[in-house]
Amino acid sequence: MQILTRRRAVGAVVALTTAALVAACSAGSGEDTGGARTDVVVGLTGEPTNLDFTTTSGSAIPQLLMNNVYEGLVTIDQEGEVQPQLAESWEVNGDRTVYTFTLHDGVTFSDGSSFTANDVVASIDRVKEDWTLSLKSKMDVVKKAEATSDTEVAVTLKHPSNAWLFDMGTSVGAMFPDDLSADLATETVGTGPYTVEEVATGEHIRLAARDDYWGEAPAIPEVTVRYFADANAQANAVRAGDIDMAYNLQTPDLLDGLEQDESLQVIDGTSNGEVLLALNNAAPPFDDLRVRRAILYAIDRKAVLDTAWAGHGELVGSMVPPTDPYYQDLTDAYPYDPDKARELLAEAGAEDLSITFDVPTRPYAEAVAQVVVSQLADVGIDATIVPAEFPAVWLDKVFTEHDYQMSVILHTEARDMLTIFGDPDYYIGYDNPRLAQAAEKADQASPDQYVAGMQEVARMIVDDAASAPLFLFPNTVVAAAGLEGVAANATTESMDLTGLRWSDG
Amino acid sequence: MARHLASHVAQLVATLLVATAAIFVLLRVLPGDPAVVALGIEASPEALAAWRAEHGTDGTLVAQYLEWVGGLLTGDLGTSYVTSQELTPLVADRVQVTGILVLLGMLIALVVAVPVGTLAAVWHRNAGGVTLSTVSQVGVAVPNFLVGVLLVALFAVRLGWLPSGGWVAPVEGFGEFWRHVLLPAVALGSVQAAIITRYVRSAVLEIMREDFLRTARAKGLTFTGALVRHGLRNAGVPIVTVVGVQIASMLIGAVVIERVFAVPGLGSLLLDSVGNRDLLAVQSIVAVLVVLVVLLNFLVDLAYTLLDPRLRRAS
Repeated sequence: MQILTRRRAVGAVVALTTAALVAACSAGSGEDTGGARTDVVVGLTGEPTNLDFTTTSGSAIPQLLMNNVYEGLVTIDQEGEVQPQLAESWEVNGDRTVYTFTLHDGVTFSDGSSFTANDVVASIDRVKEDWTLSLKSKMDVVKKAEATSDTEVAVTLKHPSNAWLFDMGTSVGAMFPDDLSADLATETVGTGPYTVEEVATGEHIRLAARDDYWGEAPAIPEVTVRYFADANAQANAVRAGDIDMAYNLQTPDLLDGLEQDESLQVIDGTSNGEVLLALNNAAPPFDDLRVRRAILYAIDRKAVLDTAWAGHGELVGSMVPPTDPYYQDLTDAYPYDPDKARELLAEAGAEDLSITFDVPTRPYAEAVAQVVVSQLADVGIDATIVPAEFPAVWLDKVFTEHDYQMSVILHTEARDMLTIFGDPDYYIGYDNPRLAQAAEKADQASPDQYVAGMQEVARMIVDDAASAPLFLFPNTVVAAAGLEGVAANATTESMDLTGLRWSDG
Repeated sequence: MARHLASHVAQLVATLLVATAAIFVLLRVLPGDPAVVALGIEASPEALAAWRAEHGTDGTLVAQYLEWVGGLLTGDLGTSYVTSQELTPLVADRVQVTGILVLLGMLIALVVAVPVGTLAAVWHRNAGGVTLSTVSQVGVAVPNFLVGVLLVALFAVRLGWLPSGGWVAPVEGFGEFWRHVLLPAVALGSVQAAIITRYVRSAVLEIMREDFLRTARAKGLTFTGALVRHGLRNAGVPIVTVVGVQIASMLIGAVVIERVFAVPGLGSLLLDSVGNRDLLAVQSIVAVLVVLVVLLNFLVDLAYTLLDPRLRRAS
């Protein structure tokens, strides 16, 4: 019988513990929040899973990379207007089907190769060929792209399109080298002022300014973007000064306290994110227009916004935010009117209606759902909340299988009204053949008629009460008082860091 | 020792087999297609099919299981479905972060619990003991994230002495490492301290009734001397047992603290991976956890034999 001696046992414990401690010395990797003002630390929730937005959906990747690491021929400014970026200028022919872009000279990619017209052609073609997201359909309108010289590109469209030039300022317009060999999931090759220096999963991504950037060098050479799994931790970090800027803050309850802190500035920027109470138009009871309208009358959106998001955000009547050119005020289309809702329900024979309400496990959705359920109860609708784990279960059940009656979700994509309501196979199931025609006509019309046409489309959707936009999500930014050049308006998915600088004081 | 080890290895293999098979099957029953989650709502059907082929999720379950277990045996956990990262270094890194946090938390807990629990037992008839006992009772009821939030509010936000969260590895700066690890370790340790205090108290109370303690006093030792030299050592066995169990539960339980303090630990990785339906990562983390827990039990067994010579012979 082997006897375990004390000495041996002690030895084993000590050896194992030492091994653990030695190994532990390389554990994790750290971040360096410093007082030196050549860097800035930005805090976000919602971490990118990798760096490739051409094959991975979700806004986290373009949010970090667009404008900072990748650039397009054009960019969308803080007011939602198209501005030149890699293209110095462009001309449009008479029937608005050929765009001729003149490129900036002396632009290089971060791998050292120079940016020419061939790269533009390759990037546009690549969207059509290699991208796997349905976002690629934004490039369907392009017939061909040709390099007419090293610095000139002619893009021919199948038909005039008002939406295309705007889309070129979003992630589909990002420019890559024509002989792209990098694995984009782990490496970036862009023309932007920053490169990705370090990715520490679960912690941060560090950007470093390039010294060979073609344009004006950013004032801050090093940007660390820290990712928080918990929104309160993000708010605490900016309060404690561990981060210099909390972008897209998700804790509206804490904003009062933050606003009183003199070392901080709180900016409610606009966004393209509409919180949508989605109704399944393809299934009972919401295949009945009267029931859908009843829902819209039954909901006091002001109360929803005040209760769920502490009043931060903006009421909207359609899926068009005020920064879009075809915005119109439709907030009065369905004023809060519980009596009218009850009337409509009675008319539809839907008194004592019981529905299920699939709520994704996201703070905004859970907060909104509680208020909506109590307001619906007032008009006699018994809505039962069914939590749907987000993203996995929600995507599967609601989005893919359309197995739901009512849900609530934040739609963040810019100019997404047609994506959501233009396709009968989309999860909303809104089927209006007139809509597709009107939308197509508007896109091909002159810019003025485009605005009028899109407004008509928006009104159609609202008339049909296809779903209930509740409010426009604010892009709340809390930054150190000395930080200037904060781009708080999320007019596209991009979080533009290039203008940040520290005030001299 | 060799036999002891062999039995533990056999136990490890058996546990691993059962655990890996169970977790593998359970994950595949969960709703949510990993391809859809990885590529997102904008992915085309062709892209989804290509993804499934690339990651082998279109093969039979048995083939998928065997491929994964084969990789496990060679220390290759594979590549994450979602992040395209190698899992082995990622998981190893997270194990170390959580390991440091849990061990430090437990150290803090023991430093508090052993003396406080002993005093609570010795004074169990007077006001002091009752007070200590009550405080520890309350401590057990306080959730550790609340302690975390309060610590952040006081030391990071109000006083600004320590960072509100984040992580710095020891190799990157020992001072910064301590500044970052202190609050989460205290938050984690304080609740454990309360729990272990309860166990220490009852173990010592038990010992105080034993004959050998009276014998020791009869030999001329003072009460304190007898308690420290003979009593605590005997009380050690149940305490070590509960410490082992607590450490095992803290490996994942620390996730709450990791979230509050933005610490990139194992629990956070597991939670994110479940959310992303990164099945390979989830399986791998659970397998690693099983190994860690079995290893922990082995250490607890070793500690028993250290504390109680009778157990050495019994084996």
